[in-house]
Amino acid sequence: MKILEQLKRSFAITKKDLSIYYLKGSVVIQGLLIPGFVFISFIFRREMPIDSIIPGLLGMALFFTVSAITPVITPWETRMRTFERLVSSPIYLWTIILGDIVASVLFGLFVVSFIMLAGILLLGVEIISFPLILGTIVAAFCFSSLGTLISAPPADKPSDIMLIASLIKFPLIFISGVFVPITEMGKLKILSFFSPLTYYTDLARYSMQGVSLFSPFVNILILFVFTILLFLFSLIWHHKSLDKRF
Amino acid sequence: MENIIEVKQLKKDFDGFEAVNNVTFNVKKGEVFGLLGPNGAGKTTTIRMLIGILKPTQGEVFIREYNVRKEPIKVKQIMGIVPEFADAYTDLSALRNLLLTGELYGIERKRSIERAVSLLKKFELYDKRNQKVKTFSKGMRQRLILAMALMNDAEILFLDEPTSGLDVESTRLIRQLIRQFNKDGVTIFLTTHNIEEADLLCDRVAIMNQGKIIAIDRPELLKSIMKKISSIEVAFKKDLKEEDLYFKGVEKVNKMGDKFRVFGEKTLEIILSLIKYSKKSENEIISLRMIEPSLEDIFVKLTNKNENS
Repeated sequence: MKILEQLKRSFAITKKDLSIYYLKGSVVIQGLLIPGFVFISFIFRREMPIDSIIPGLLGMALFFTVSAITPVITPWETRMRTFERLVSSPIYLWTIILGDIVASVLFGLFVVSFIMLAGILLLGVEIISFPLILGTIVAAFCFSSLGTLISAPPADKPSDIMLIASLIKFPLIFISGVFVPITEMGKLKILSFFSPLTYYTDLARYSMQGVSLFSPFVNILILFVFTILLFLFSLIWHHKSLDKRF
Repeated sequence: MENIIEVKQLKKDFDGFEAVNNVTFNVKKGEVFGLLGPNGAGKTTTIRMLIGILKPTQGEVFIREYNVRKEPIKVKQIMGIVPEFADAYTDLSALRNLLLTGELYGIERKRSIERAVSLLKKFELYDKRNQKVKTFSKGMRQRLILAMALMNDAEILFLDEPTSGLDVESTRLIRQLIRQFNKDGVTIFLTTHNIEEADLLCDRVAIMNQGKIIAIDRPELLKSIMKKISSIEVAFKKDLKEEDLYFKGVEKVNKMGDKFRVFGEKTLEIILSLIKYSKKSENEIISLRMIEPSLEDIFVKLTNKNENS
């Protein structure tokens, strides 16, 4: 009962986040354009079959959109002095973090559904499968939890956190089989196992090409474990940094 | 009257710096309690520990029957909070901010709307209810934040410097509303560095300096400590020096513009000496009045003593 009440309050934070940070023309357009442009710049003049492009694009779009805003919400609200009011409310810290995560998950799923729709309607790629849908949802939670973990240091300047976010996110893109399948990565393959993005890209590749390193079930399971771990680390770190935030 | 807040040996260290040092006090149900002190005295740190957003290094806080450390959600559910410098969400309207607060306190939607509308009217913000907060003046924002703190029918209201930096009109309105809510039964705990505010609003005042409570009592009783050293404000027609007024029994003379403030225990003797001096030096007294000690006098005396010790 108490948890259900906290979940309802968490959803109030989700709605607040969506209306303040996400449902703005510029944010939606950026969410669609940035992953698209980055991806096109990498595949330009490289002869790749369309069904090997879409999984990477899907992975990158989900990763970028879901982890774009979450890292800056807490530092921004610390700076704007709304975070103190929020933690003074009868809600747990996990309630706030979960609310932030769900908002970015909804935004990420909205953006990715466009890419899936474009893949189906314009390129004729067979994308939709139950493991991919389930995997996309789990991966969205996972990447968003990573975003909240990045926001845990007690900074009140969003630019400081953006820098940390870029230092973490961009290397992950390169080691996760987004541009080059993991099987072709040679010795760097070991590094790819530490990135949750690897498992989502692998899952998407399986859904489109029928080939993958791990089975869809294993990929989803690993993404789920990553989600739990990232959420817990994020919660612990946020608790520790709370004293230094004011 | 029963205690609604009990603070026991509260301490907070920040990397070796003692922001709050062994603070103990109680607040009675229905009173307006003021924590008065200069900037950096430890008032905000104390209030943050009281509302459960900072963990004390040592000590306990009880709000009603709840231990703040062990049951923070139950405690927060019965209190309203206006943190210092806090802001509402500027990209949301005033009404939306209030409804969001209602959701965070688990208030049913219909009840939440009714309460929000009633508070908007009370705080003279109803006409602007659908305007984004970023278009509001500082005074309007502070009124909205106070309204947000009252959304849950709080039993206790924590106000950290509630009128700091506000214009006269907003300050007056907020003070009026604080008195009104207190009349309606809400216990008010406020921190301020504004002595006049503490004197005007508080039933009891604790004076805090360098992380310690150095005095705690009713403002009038605190003032009576100083009664022994009353002062007389006097103005003469012709100019004179401070040294000229050091008669028998005079402890201190301060020149304040064209007036002198003469301190001493035996005020009547001093007044007679002043009249005698006026006749002798043919320097007419333009005005003469007894000055009651203000809370500011107590504050300065106590904080100075504390710093010196």
